[in-house]
Parts: sequence; structure tokens; C-alpha cells
Amino acid sequence: MKAKIIVTPKKAVVDPQGKTVQGALEQMGYRGIKAVHVGKYLEIELEGDKETARKQLNEAAHKFLSNPVIEDYKLEIE
Amino acid sequence: MNFAVLQFPASNCDQDAIHGVRTLGHSARYVWHKEHSLGDADAVIVPGGFSYGDYLRCGAIARFSPVMQAVKQFADNGGLVLGVCNGFQVLTEAGLLPGALVRNRDLQFHCEHVFLKTATPDSPFTNKIPAGKILRVPIAHGEGCYFADEETLAKLKANNQILWQYCDANGNLTDKANPNGSLLNIAGVCNDRRNVAGLMPHPERACEPVLGSADGKWIFESLIAALQNKAPAKAA
Repeated sequence: MKAKIIVTPKKAVVDPQGKTVQGALEQMGYRGIKAVHVGKYLEIELEGDKETARKQLNEAAHKFLSNPVIEDYKLEIE
Repeated sequence: MNFAVLQFPASNCDQDAIHGVRTLGHSARYVWHKEHSLGDADAVIVPGGFSYGDYLRCGAIARFSPVMQAVKQFADNGGLVLGVCNGFQVLTEAGLLPGALVRNRDLQFHCEHVFLKTATPDSPFTNKIPAGKILRVPIAHGEGCYFADEETLAKLKANNQILWQYCDANGNLTDKANPNGSLLNIAGVCNDRRNVAGLMPHPERACEPVLGSADGKWIFESLIAALQNKAPAKAA
């Protein structure tokens, strides 16, 4: 099975990458862009049962794959 | 005094840390990240570099190296630990220091001298810094912007845990003097027990006049004075 984890910067953290990308998009002529946030995407292939996987990955995501001081994460398992 | 200087894969300021300590007449040795013991170390330096290539996040992987268990125990027992640059990042990732370091506000790597104001002399890392002295120390980092949430920042201020702040030559905490966007111009902090500290600037690169500044030595002199004034904590 495949787990997908999206890690994004918390709103309170200044995201200069996001702002820079936003500026570039506007310069390229794209209109109506209100905000851009740059994060991280991880794909983890694993075996076993879904519930154990979810429990393990939530722990790993909280402890290691994201830094809860500055990031939020979303976990999906398919 | 014996200093243990950790080495992770891609640490690159370990040699400068060893040299800085030896220049001041004390002994220092390398401790490889896979070791489980700090031996008879009186203090630990977590040096700068790009441990594990800064993969995932700076210091995120190094914090799980075996030696960090020994460092945590050493710190829990009151031992003195100083993290420099990547070392500061490792210590925040390990939860031994509050807050986190993120990408510099202007997205650029800054390699330059900065001025530091010492916010409090009340710590084993600042007790020997002459009152009012502005330290001139080099920085070299791309992810040195200090962040902590409002509650943590309030606690740091109330508890005098902010040790150094970026300032101009006259000691003013200006935005222009802040190379990376750190909140409150924070360059370095300590934990609430005041035995673990971290800073982004490199004091070990400012221990000899030939390097352009010898101001960094005050931080090591403070550590040494603190060690000489107390019974050394047992290393794990």
C-alpha cells in the first residue's frame, strides 16, 4: 500500500519561498493568486495492515517526518 | 577541561571547534555520531555543517544518531552543551532547545560577519563576556531564521533565555542588522535549565585575531569558567 504525506509550513511561520513563487507567478502573468505555500510531499510504500500502518506513520510523521513547531502534516493511505 | 566535539556525516565545523578550544589551552576530542558514550567529557559541542546533507530538514536526521542519546542524558544530568549553527538546528530538532530554525527570510545563504549583543550575562555561555561588549562573529547559513510561537517567545523573554541577538555596531537591534529574519533578532538561546545553548553564528571561527575577530573566545571562556566553578556532571 502507499502512504502519502503532505507537510506544509504553519501559518505563523514566514514562508519566503511561497512569497517568492507567488511573485514569480504574478510576473509571469497569472492573475488572482492570493497566496502560495511551499511544502513537502512524501510517498511511502509499505506492507501490512492499514490500521497499523496509519498508527506508525502518524507517529513517524509527528516525530520525524515533520517538525510540529513549524509544520503541519496530512496523511493519506490508499 | 575536556570538550567532546560531535561528528555527524557532513559536519564540517568540527575541526574549527577542536582548534578553537585547544587555542584556549583546553583539550578537545572528536566523538563520532555512532558512539554511545561521551567518555569523560566536561562539555559537549555540537558543531556546524550540513549533517546528512540537510536532508528532510537541517538536523532532523542527526538528532536520531546514537550519540544524541548520550548527549540527552548528559544534558539531563546538568552537563553543558553548546550547539553552533547546524548544532543549534540539531538541538532544536532534538527538543533540547525551544523553537526551530527555518530558511533565511531573503532565501539567500549569508556568509558574513555580524554583530551580537549579549542579552544576559546570567548563563554558563555568557558569564565572561564583558558588559556592553558587542561581539563580532561570522555567520554562514541558509536556514538560520529563528522561529518560536508567541507563547514560547514570551517564556524565553520572561525567563531570560535569549542569550544573543543580532545588532548593529552600536548594539541597536535593527531589522537591517538581522541577517535572516529571526524573530526578536534572536541569534542564540538557552534552555530553561540554562545548561544547553545554541547559536547560529560561529564563535569557533572567531577565536584568534588572525581570523578577523577573537570575540568568539568569550563564549568558550564563559563555558570554561562555569565548568571550573562547578563539579563536572557525569558523562553518560
